[in-house]
Amino acid sequence: MTALHDETTAPEAPESGPAEATRTIFGRLTPEQLETFGEEMDAIRQRVLAELGEDDAAYIRNVVKAQRAFEIAGRALFYLPPAWPLAVASLSVSKILDNMEIGHNVMHGQYDWMGDPGLSSRMYEWDNVCPSEQWKYSHNYIHHTYTNILGKDRDIGYGVLRMDEDQPWHPYYLGNPLYAFLLMVFFEWGVAMHDLEVENLVAGKRKLEDNKALHAGIMRKVKRQAVKDYLLFPALTGPLFPLTFAGNATANLVRNVWAFNIIFCGHFPAGVATFSQEECEDESRGQWYFRQLLGSANITGGKLFHLMTGNLSHQIEHHLFPDLPARRYPQVAEEVREICERYDLPYNTGPLGKQLFSVARKICRFALPDRKRDEATETPAPAEAAAA
Amino acid sequence: MGLATSVLRSRTLAALTSPHGVDRYLELVNPMWAAHEVRARVVDVRREVDVPGHPPVATITLQPTSTWQGHRAGQHVQVGVEIDGARRTTRVFSISSPDSRPGDRFQITLRANPEGLVSRYLVERARPGTMVHLSQAQGEFVLPDAVPERILLISGGSGITPVMSMLRSLQRRTHRGHVTFLHYAQSPEHQIFADELDEVRRSGHGIDVRLLHPELGDPALSPAYLERHVPGYRDVPTWACGPAPLIEAVQGAYADSPALRLEYFKPPRVAGSDAAEGDVVFSRSGATGANTGATLLDQAEALGLTPESGCRMGICFSCVSRKSEGTVRNVLTGEESSLPDEDVRICVSAPVGDCTVDL
Repeated sequence: MTALHDETTAPEAPESGPAEATRTIFGRLTPEQLETFGEEMDAIRQRVLAELGEDDAAYIRNVVKAQRAFEIAGRALFYLPPAWPLAVASLSVSKILDNMEIGHNVMHGQYDWMGDPGLSSRMYEWDNVCPSEQWKYSHNYIHHTYTNILGKDRDIGYGVLRMDEDQPWHPYYLGNPLYAFLLMVFFEWGVAMHDLEVENLVAGKRKLEDNKALHAGIMRKVKRQAVKDYLLFPALTGPLFPLTFAGNATANLVRNVWAFNIIFCGHFPAGVATFSQEECEDESRGQWYFRQLLGSANITGGKLFHLMTGNLSHQIEHHLFPDLPARRYPQVAEEVREICERYDLPYNTGPLGKQLFSVARKICRFALPDRKRDEATETPAPAEAAAA
Repeated sequence: MGLATSVLRSRTLAALTSPHGVDRYLELVNPMWAAHEVRARVVDVRREVDVPGHPPVATITLQPTSTWQGHRAGQHVQVGVEIDGARRTTRVFSISSPDSRPGDRFQITLRANPEGLVSRYLVERARPGTMVHLSQAQGEFVLPDAVPERILLISGGSGITPVMSMLRSLQRRTHRGHVTFLHYAQSPEHQIFADELDEVRRSGHGIDVRLLHPELGDPALSPAYLERHVPGYRDVPTWACGPAPLIEAVQGAYADSPALRLEYFKPPRVAGSDAAEGDVVFSRSGATGANTGATLLDQAEALGLTPESGCRMGICFSCVSRKSEGTVRNVLTGEESSLPDEDVRICVSAPVGDCTVDL
């Protein structure tokens, strides 16, 4: 644990693979340490909450303005066929901002304190086929409360992938890389279908009737996106209909691919811990913070990169403080890292390439049945990860 | 509705701007453009009463967006202001100007309540050009289109504002009947609208204005007093607006007469420092219980309700509900908040004293 703040080194000590991390994780801190650790996290949260004000409000309003400007520019540029790539780029940026820095964060209630219905978690609807109501349930509640608890957090593999060795292997998982690719391409659809728990339907644990109410919500959003992106806006460009249609589809695709990659880097790079339900029973607040820290990973990058990820490049800080405005995460990250150093705790971070490579490896590795333990614990090899 | 409004409210434009809606785009171009929402620009702030040592009273003239549907004398409006550019806070104020038509300017008259964020902002800091957020005009406390021959208006303290709107509307409508207006105040000093009331009294348009100060020896409101000045008052259409004690006296005098219409101004309730007292009311379900000091979510569930909830630790916002009245303490931070119509996370909010939640 000497190289915790060296971003190019894997956070796990070479001898402890993910398997060991899972089992010994709560042995890292004594109950007293866990309590003071929790108190330190609470203190950060309180301080930032007390500081919230005009700057945060101005920031999110400026992001909204930028998003609308990119959207309008993108829609308008479709009238100039040579500018097609520019139009797609502009619309893609708009959709990414809408879903990530605005939608995801607003729906977390990060800006509820502003009292602006346009930025309220109760009212906000995003440009995505997943209805905000369903998203808030599966994401804000299930995923953020039960982060990385196997059998509870449905974001582990999204019900289609095997992302943890404690998920029993089945020949179905030979398709892991293919499923991951399809999930990436159709990410917003995957997110929309997340709540339908299709895997539980197949397993007979859930009835089709249970999904009736959800279907209506999803269909409403699907219809709205279809009418807007695939009918009205293309029609408004007259003879350019097919180009605009293709452009809008591409922008939705770009957003899907980007969001998938950023989000998968948040919980699936090597070294991120998963937890059993027994381990998390009667969890204290300190323990909850601890689990969020160990169950998330960051991506390093510049200011613009952080903005385009909706600051989910600070997944650790986001999971520790999901309701603080995301623009505060980079600032808070310095304190979190300092605390981690003091408690000798891992802080998983690295550049996008490294984290993506690590995720891709995991997807491929878990497609195959488990190898013998000694082989399994060899990965991740820090040298290899660093080279990526 | 003009062509522009028809286009702005069309289903096509709604589909093109989905999921955010037309107004989220229009407001970025010009805050006075709106298709559905109502906003207003402050065009004038005039001090009505400004006596050192007392909270000032001001009349604020508002130019609403074209979406404003107008108001009927006696109605009120929600006004939301952005304090320090960040936290929008909303309060209800009575409209003091006569009936307005769609898009018309109107006025609110208010006292800068020392503890009132919104009223202080509006009276002390709003300038011509300041933007505010509005609801449509609300309230059933209004004059009918055909005003009866004989009517009685009663107000107390700042309850004069909606009644003033009625008086002004009656004058504008050239009502020829007989109006009696009784206003109760602590003293004749600092009387708002004093000059205008004086003029109304002297102009002899059949309006009998009586400013009464019971604390200085004037007769308090009583059936006998009402009977002397408005014989058979129980059958005279009456509008009364003011603080709770006045309203209670009026209710007593009218028994259950259908001629009486009321507007209540609730006095602010002072929350005790001890947490577990008072009653918790869940207004939508009608469930009520003695405050146990537990979180609102726990108390709602103890009463058999099943409000939506999630993490039960304040992070997921599934349980956000509207607290219409009362004080709650955030059990995580210990912070107390008494704002009316406030959205709170009921899993981490415990009531302090009486509390009403829309559940």
